[in-house]
Amino acid sequence: MPKSMSVVREAIAGDEADDAMVERVAAGQAKEQVKAGRKVLPIVEGVVLVAALLAPLVLQDYLTVFATRVIILALFALSFDLVWGYAGIMSFGQALFFGSAGYGVALLARDLDITNIFLVLPAGTLIGLTFALLLGGFLLLGRHPSSVIFVSLGTLTGSYAADRLARGWYYLGGQNGIPSIAPMSLGGYEFTEGPAFYYLVLGILVVVYLLCRFLVRSQFGLALAGLRENEQRIAFFGYKAQHLKAIIFAIGGAIAGLAGSLYAFHEGFVWPNMVGVVVSTQVVLYVLFGGSGTLIGAVIGTVIVEGVSFWLSDNYRDIWPIILGLLLLLVILFRPLGLISFVLGERERVGSFGARPKGTEKETEKEKRNAAP
Amino acid sequence: MPLLEAAGIQKIFGKLTALDGAALTVGENEFHGLIGPNGSGKSTLMKCIAGAEVPTQGKVSFINTDITAFTPTERARAGMSLKFQITSVLPTLTLYDNILLALQAQSSLFDLVFSRTRGALHDQVMTMLTQFRLADRAFDAAAALSHGQQQWLEIAMALAGKPKLLLLDEPTGGMSLEERRVTGELLQPIKKHCSLVIVEHDLDFIRDICDRLTVLDQGKVLASGTVSEIQANKSVQEIYLRRA
Repeated sequence: MPKSMSVVREAIAGDEADDAMVERVAAGQAKEQVKAGRKVLPIVEGVVLVAALLAPLVLQDYLTVFATRVIILALFALSFDLVWGYAGIMSFGQALFFGSAGYGVALLARDLDITNIFLVLPAGTLIGLTFALLLGGFLLLGRHPSSVIFVSLGTLTGSYAADRLARGWYYLGGQNGIPSIAPMSLGGYEFTEGPAFYYLVLGILVVVYLLCRFLVRSQFGLALAGLRENEQRIAFFGYKAQHLKAIIFAIGGAIAGLAGSLYAFHEGFVWPNMVGVVVSTQVVLYVLFGGSGTLIGAVIGTVIVEGVSFWLSDNYRDIWPIILGLLLLLVILFRPLGLISFVLGERERVGSFGARPKGTEKETEKEKRNAAP
Repeated sequence: MPLLEAAGIQKIFGKLTALDGAALTVGENEFHGLIGPNGSGKSTLMKCIAGAEVPTQGKVSFINTDITAFTPTERARAGMSLKFQITSVLPTLTLYDNILLALQAQSSLFDLVFSRTRGALHDQVMTMLTQFRLADRAFDAAAALSHGQQQWLEIAMALAGKPKLLLLDEPTGGMSLEERRVTGELLQPIKKHCSLVIVEHDLDFIRDICDRLTVLDQGKVLASGTVSEIQANKSVQEIYLRRA
C-alpha cells in the first residue's frame, strides 16, 4: 500500500500536483488499513465466553440443563468444523465417533461400574480417535487423493451402518439403547445435571477450543489453509496432503468422542440415533449455519440452531421444523460463509499464522508514518 | 546421464491421442524450451512429466530413477517442481505465507505444529521475495498483486523447495513486454542449480532464454536441438508458417 501511494503521489507531482486527489487516495487507503487492522474475532470470542460464563446465573435450572447439552453439542461441532472447515473433508458420519464413544462409556458404566471422570473421558476420546483412524485410514490414505464424493459417502455409510448395528444388537440395547447410565464421578462426587456439570463441560470446551485455535493458527494450519484452497498445488510442493487430512480427521474423531462421552453421561442414556445419520447431519448444519472455517462460528451456530429450535418448538408446536428448515436454507443460500461472515471479513477468517517477524513490523510502521499526509 | 528423460510418451484421452510417442531429454543446468502449435501436446507432456497426468504408455526417468508411477508429492520430494499454467497462488494468504507454505513442504509435523519453521525459514522467505522483487509487498494478500507479480510469486514458490528441475507452463502468459523482460532476468540466476523446461508461446522469449528446444507437432517430436538448429530447420518453419 505505502509504495503504491508514493507512486501515485509521484505521478501526480509530475503532473503539477493535485493535492486534493492525493489526500483522497491517502484517506481511502488509511480507512482500508484501519478496517484490515481491526480485529473482530477476539471480541466475538470474548463476548461468547462471558455470555457462557454468566448463563447459569441468569437461567432457570431446566434451562441450565439445556445449555449444558448445547455446550456439549458445540464441542461436537468443533470436531466437524476442524474436519470440514479446516481440512475440507466432507464427513457426513461425524456422529459415528460421537455415538460410538457414547456407547463405549455407557458400557463401561453399565458392565464394569467405571464412571470415574479421569477414566471415562479419556476412554471416550480414545474410542473416537480409534474409529476415526480406522475409517480415515481407509477413506483418505490412498495413493491418490480420494474424491469428495467417495469420502462423504464413505463416512455417511459408516454412520448408517453403525446405526443399524446398534439397533439390531441386543448387547447394545437394540432400539432402546442403554438407559439409566450411572452419573460420572470424581472420588465421592457425582456429576448430575446442573451448574457443576455445566461449568465442567464449559471448561472442557474452552480448553479444546484453545488447543484447536493453536493448531489452526500454527504452520500446520497454514498447510491446511493451502490444502483447502488447492489440494493439488500443495501436493506438488511435496506435502503429504492425505496424511495431513488423516491427522485432522483423527483429531476430529477424538474431539467428537470426548463430546459423545460427555453427552452420554449428561443425558443418562444412549440410543441408536446418536451414531446415526440424523445427528451426523445435524452437526453439519450447526457448522454451516454459524460459519465453517472459524472455530467460533461452529460454537455460535450450535447455540443459535439449538436455541431457535428450542424456542420454536415451544411456541410453534406443529410447524417449527419447517420454520427452522427455511431459516437454515436462507442462511446457506445467502450467507454461504455462515452467520459469522456478517461481522468477519475474508482476510480475518483465513487469519494469520504467527506474528510478523521482528524488523518487518517497524519498517512498515515507519513507511506508514512517512506516507501519511 | 541426462537429468530428465521422457521417452515414448503416449497419452490417450478417450478417442483423442494427445501424445503419440513424444520424448524429451533435459540435461543438468539446461534451459529447455518446449514449443509447437496449439494442441500439439505441450501442456499434456508437461503434465505427464510432473505427474498431473499418468501417461498411457512410456517412461519418465529423473536423476536415474524411473518416476513414471510416482505421485506428484513423490516427484516434488525427488526434486521436481511445477508452475501451473493457471496461476494458483493462494489469494487470501500474504505473500510471506505463500512462500513459507512452499518452503516448509517437507518439514516434520512437529515443526509445523509448533511453528518452528516460521522463525527458521524467515531469512529464506525474505531472500526469495527479494530475489523476485516482491519484498516490499511481503505482508499484502497475494490477491492484491498484479497478474505479472502473481506469476513471479508463483515461480518463487515453485523454486522454494530448491528443485533440480523446474517445469514452467507459460510463465509469461498475460504479461506486458516489460514484465516479460524482467521474468527473463529473474530466471537467469537459477541456472546455476536448476534445469528448466518452459512451455511458452512467446518465441522471442524462448529464444532469449533457452539453450535447447524441442518442437512438438500433433503429439510427436518434430525436431529437437539447439536454438540455432531449430531456427534453421525447414519443417519447423513450415508448421509455424502454416499456422500463420
